[in-house]
Amino acid sequence: MATAGSGDELKVLGAWASPFLVRVLFALQLKGLRYEYVEVDLKEKNELLLASNPVHKKIPVLLHAGKPVCESQLIVQYIDEAFPASGPSFLPADTHARAVARFWGAYVDDKLLSSWKGIFATKDEEENAEAVRQTLAAADALEGAFRECSGEKLEWFGGDGVGYVDIVLGGLVPSMNVLELAVGIKVVDPDRTPLLAAWKDRFCALDAAKAAMPPLDRLLENAKKYLAEISFKTPASK
Amino acid sequence: MDHGGEYAPDEKVELLGTWSSPYVFKVIWALTMKGVEYEYVEEDLRNKSGALLSLNPLHKKVPVLVYRGKPVAESDVIVEFIDEAWKDRGGGGRILPEDPYERAMARSWVIFARDVLSPPIWKWFTAPGEEEQEGAREAAVAQLLVLEEELGRKEFFAGDCVGLVDLSLGALAYVIPIYEEITGTRIVTEERLPCLSAWMGRFLSSPPAKDHLPPLEKLKLSFLGERTL
Repeated sequence: MATAGSGDELKVLGAWASPFLVRVLFALQLKGLRYEYVEVDLKEKNELLLASNPVHKKIPVLLHAGKPVCESQLIVQYIDEAFPASGPSFLPADTHARAVARFWGAYVDDKLLSSWKGIFATKDEEENAEAVRQTLAAADALEGAFRECSGEKLEWFGGDGVGYVDIVLGGLVPSMNVLELAVGIKVVDPDRTPLLAAWKDRFCALDAAKAAMPPLDRLLENAKKYLAEISFKTPASK
Repeated sequence: MDHGGEYAPDEKVELLGTWSSPYVFKVIWALTMKGVEYEYVEEDLRNKSGALLSLNPLHKKVPVLVYRGKPVAESDVIVEFIDEAWKDRGGGGRILPEDPYERAMARSWVIFARDVLSPPIWKWFTAPGEEEQEGAREAAVAQLLVLEEELGRKEFFAGDCVGLVDLSLGALAYVIPIYEEITGTRIVTEERLPCLSAWMGRFLSSPPAKDHLPPLEKLKLSFLGERTL
């Protein structure tokens, strides 16, 4: 891991399985920043967490010289803005292109993730099936976004290199893999969303991503336990 | 076409919106802070124009800002775009702070306003029974007290001038009094929330907002309609 001047002052509080944590760790890795990671047991909120995040009590939290930043997308933006000398910017230079990146960053959480959570929200199978449809529709929209943002190379949302939307969506990649293995739902699919499917493989091959993602087998085990607890039945696909 | 620098001041700006949307007004206030001239297009959301559908095909919502033929959607995204596109314009200064940590803090308050403060306010306004209304009212006041502490003795959340957080909370300055009138209950009183109470009046008469507010009587009627649904 490369060292940067203020690396000693960076601390991340998180839960190992969280996609939001993956975003933060991936961003730090991309910038080559050193940080200390502190695992937080969600069942026992620890003192450091409550002190640094009294309003939301959520994780992940980035502490920079003791000052807390919460909300994964805000943390990623902060990392980009506070360390401009550490590697390329996550956002493009063009003002309109920046707005497009922020728009899709918001879309991932507001549409893709919210539909995704709906898949497991109730016992009603029809509602769950509808949530699956909406999740896949959101992924289809992101396929279009990828084509719009990635330029000629068709490699990253960021165009020439990894960018903001790659980081935001990238956090969900481990969860996508688990969803497919545990329940057979493919958020990205070589047939339906070929560009995103190739992007996902490309993402997983990055050293920075490997260092940020939790072990798949542990995540899968975790997911299977959760699905059993809620007696989840895979919605029939149409 | 790539454009990395500031835009020339005489290029056409168009804003698609609806008269009652607080998100549209947030954008209008941002444009006003920067002294940007724009053409406003009122959309009928029950009969969306071809322009709206092609400029924001994904969400089909307002506000949409169009500049040099390129659309920007989502009010928070639009406000940051305005701040960057007209970086040094307007006596109103920067909408977001320069310092990265201050920027992160301002953005977190925007999330707070949307995710933590707005739901109990909406619940209080739409509660069907007195008990539920009282519960929601107390929940809303609890979050307003958090804002009160954040504001403290400052003129505005951003300091001496209006900034991002003020713009994001601004609609509450005219919505809360209307909700109070309709429900017959108060959530912002001078006794409990003195700083916030003063801020509301100050925001409504601030340079970005004072000539750019929705028609309040018309708004009250539309809220009355929403409440009985």
